[in-house]
Amino acid sequence: MAKKVAFMQGNEAAAHGALYAGCKFFGGYPITPSTEVAEVMSAELPKLGGKFIQMEDEIGAMAAIIGASLTGAKVLTSTSGPGLSLKQENIGYACITEVPCVIINVMRGGPSTGMPTGPSQSDVMCAKWGTHGDHPAITLVPASVQELFEETVRAFNLAEKYRTPVMVMPDEIVAHMRERIVFPEPGELEVIDRTKPTVAPEQYKPYDTQFGDVPPLAAFGSEYRFHVTGLNKMADGFPTTKAAVVQAEEERQVRKVEANVDDIVKFEEYMMDDAEVVVVAFGSTSRSARFAVNEARKQGIKAGLFRLITFWPFPEKQLLAISKKVKAFITPEMNLGMCTGVVKGCVEGNAPVHGIFRVDGEPINPTQILDMIKEVK
Amino acid sequence: MAFDYDKYLRPGKLPHIWCPGCGHGIVMKGLIRAIDACGLEKNNTAIVSGIGCASRLPGYMDFCTLHTAHGRAAAFATGVKMAKPEMNVILVGGDGDGTAIGGNHFIHACRRNIDMTYLIMNNNIYGMTGGQFSPCTPTGAKASTTPYGNPDPAFDIAKLAIGAGATFVARGTAYHATQIDKLIAEAIQHKGFSVVEILDDCPTTYGRRNKFKSVIEMMNRLKEIAVPVKAAEKMSPEQLEGKILTGVLYKAEKPEYTGEYAKVIERAKGAK
Ligand SMILES: Cc1ncc(C[n+]2csc(CCOP(=O)(O)OP(=O)(O)O)c2C)c(N)n1
Ligand code: SF4
Repeated sequence: MAKKVAFMQGNEAAAHGALYAGCKFFGGYPITPSTEVAEVMSAELPKLGGKFIQMEDEIGAMAAIIGASLTGAKVLTSTSGPGLSLKQENIGYACITEVPCVIINVMRGGPSTGMPTGPSQSDVMCAKWGTHGDHPAITLVPASVQELFEETVRAFNLAEKYRTPVMVMPDEIVAHMRERIVFPEPGELEVIDRTKPTVAPEQYKPYDTQFGDVPPLAAFGSEYRFHVTGLNKMADGFPTTKAAVVQAEEERQVRKVEANVDDIVKFEEYMMDDAEVVVVAFGSTSRSARFAVNEARKQGIKAGLFRLITFWPFPEKQLLAISKKVKAFITPEMNLGMCTGVVKGCVEGNAPVHGIFRVDGEPINPTQILDMIKEVK
Repeated sequence: MAFDYDKYLRPGKLPHIWCPGCGHGIVMKGLIRAIDACGLEKNNTAIVSGIGCASRLPGYMDFCTLHTAHGRAAAFATGVKMAKPEMNVILVGGDGDGTAIGGNHFIHACRRNIDMTYLIMNNNIYGMTGGQFSPCTPTGAKASTTPYGNPDPAFDIAKLAIGAGATFVARGTAYHATQIDKLIAEAIQHKGFSVVEILDDCPTTYGRRNKFKSVIEMMNRLKEIAVPVKAAEKMSPEQLEGKILTGVLYKAEKPEYTGEYAKVIERAKGAK
C-alpha cells in the first residue's frame, strides 16, 4: 500500500506526531505561533475518544496535563515564549514528581511579548533553566516538518521512558512552513509506554528505586493508591527533609537523563569526515547552514555541518572530540549566543567558536554563514 | 459505636502538622465522615490540594492524593477529572491558596461547572507563611504584613463562587462541626461544581495578632456570627449586621462539563 503523503504545516505535523504516539489529552492556551497545534488537537482528539481542554492560562494548562498524566494518559500542551514562562512553575512540578508530559514550544522573539510572529531560537536556555532548582531537561529541536512529526513521537517516548517532561522546540519558521510529509505507518516508528507497577498495591511506592532510576508509575483510578507532592519526597511519595534522602533523590532525578545521554542525544553530521570548519546549527538555521556548507565545498573549502536534533542534553563529548581535529566552529543562531556559549564550554578552547547572532525577526541566511566560513577557514 | 476515622487515614502519617487549636483538623474529620456517608471508594477518589497548612490535608488521607503547587489545585484536578470522569475528585485548600493565587483557576472551575467538590478552609489568613493577610482577611485586621490594619476589602467566597457559575455553594464553620459532613456530603452528591466554605481559625498567626485570648474565644466568635439561612429569612438587615449565613446558600441544575465534553466526542465521531 502506498504511504500517506501530505503537504503539511509544521505545527499540524507536530499534532499528528502526538496522536501517532498515543496522546489522549491536550491542555492549552492559545498563543502565536503555536496555536495550530491546539486547533488540530481540538479537532482530532475527540474523534479518538481523547480530551481537549482550553484552560484559563498556561499555568492551568500545564497543571491540567500533569493531572491527566497521573491518570495514565499520554499528555501534551503547546505554547510559545510568554506561555513558556508561565508554564515553568508546573514544569518544575512535573520534574520533581516525575510525571511524563510533552510540551511543544514554538520559539518566537522575546523577552516578554517580543515579536509574536517573528522566528527566534532564544528559548533554549529557558528550556533548561527556566524552572528553579536542579532538574533534568530534555529538549528536541527539529528542522523540518517531517522531523517535527518524528521528534514529537520521540518526545513522547522519552517522556514515558524517563518519567519526565520533554520539550519539542521548533522555531517559528519550522513550525509554520509547509512541506511534504510522509506519514509513517502505525508500528513503523517505535512507541514507548510508561512502565506500570507489577507489585501488589500495598507494596507500591511511586519512587521505588529497587526498580532502577526510573521507577514504575501507577495511575490514579487504578488499584494503586499513592501520594504525589512537589515537596522533596521519599520512595513512598511522602515529604521528607532527611538530608541523605533529599540529596540522593535529587541526584537520581538528574541522573535519569545524564546517565542516558547516548539514548537521548541525537544529531546529524553532514560532510564532517574531513571538515576543517564546522557549523553547529539547529532548527531552520541548520537549513541555511547546509546550503552554506554545500557552497563552501563547491569553492574547495572543507566545511561541515553538525546539526543538533537534541539540544538538551547537549552533545558535549561529540563536540569535544571534533574540536581536537578542526580549525574553527561557527554557530549561527537566532539569539544572542545561547548555543555558542554552550559549544565554547564543550570544546575547552581547542578551536575558536564564531557566533552569528540575529534577533531581528529575520532568518539567518546562507550568505551570512558562507561569508563567515570563508573568513575563518 | 464511635466513628472509625482510621479506616480513611493513612497508617503512619499522623501526627499532622497542624497547631493545637487549628480548625483544619475539625474540617478533615468532617470530610472523612462525608466521604463515608457517600460511600466513596478509595481507589476511585482523588483528593487534590494546593499549598498551605490546609493543603496538607490530602497527605493524611488514604486515597489518590495530589498535593500540587500554590493555588493550582483546581487546574490539576480539572486534568484528573477530564481524563477520568468516573473518578470522584475533591479539592481542598486554604482561603489564600484558593482566592488569591488560585483565584483564576477557581472561577473557571466554577464557570465550567465541572463535577468536583471544592472544600475551602477559610481562616482569614496565610497561616503557613506566618500570618500575612489574604483576600479573605477582614478590613482593619492585623496581619504580619498589615501592621497598621488591613486596608484591603475581603472577598465573599460564596458570592464569588455563585457569580462565577458554581451550581452548589454552602458555608459552615468549624464550631458547627456536626454540620460540616452534611454540607460536604450534599456537595459531593451534587452533579456539577460544588463549593463548601468552612470558616475556621488560625490561633497561631491570626488569633494572637487580633486580640483573641484563646481558641475558645475564636470558636465562640464563629458560633456568634453564624446564622443558618433559614433563620436569616426571619431576621431584619439590622439583625443580620456582622453575621454570616451558613447552610446551603445556592443550588442549581446546569449542564456539567465532562458530560458536555462527552457530547463533543459524540459529535466528533459522527463528523469523521
Ligand atoms: C508560588 C508560591 N508563592 C508563595 C508561596 C508561599 N506560600 C505557601 S503557603 C502560602 C499561604 C497559604 O495560606 P492559605 O492558603 O490561606 O492556607 P493556610 O496556611 O492558612 O491553611 C503561601 C503564600 C508558595 N508556596 N508558592
Ligand atoms: S499556622 Fe494557623 S493554619 Fe497553620 S496549622 Fe497553625 S493554626 Fe493552623
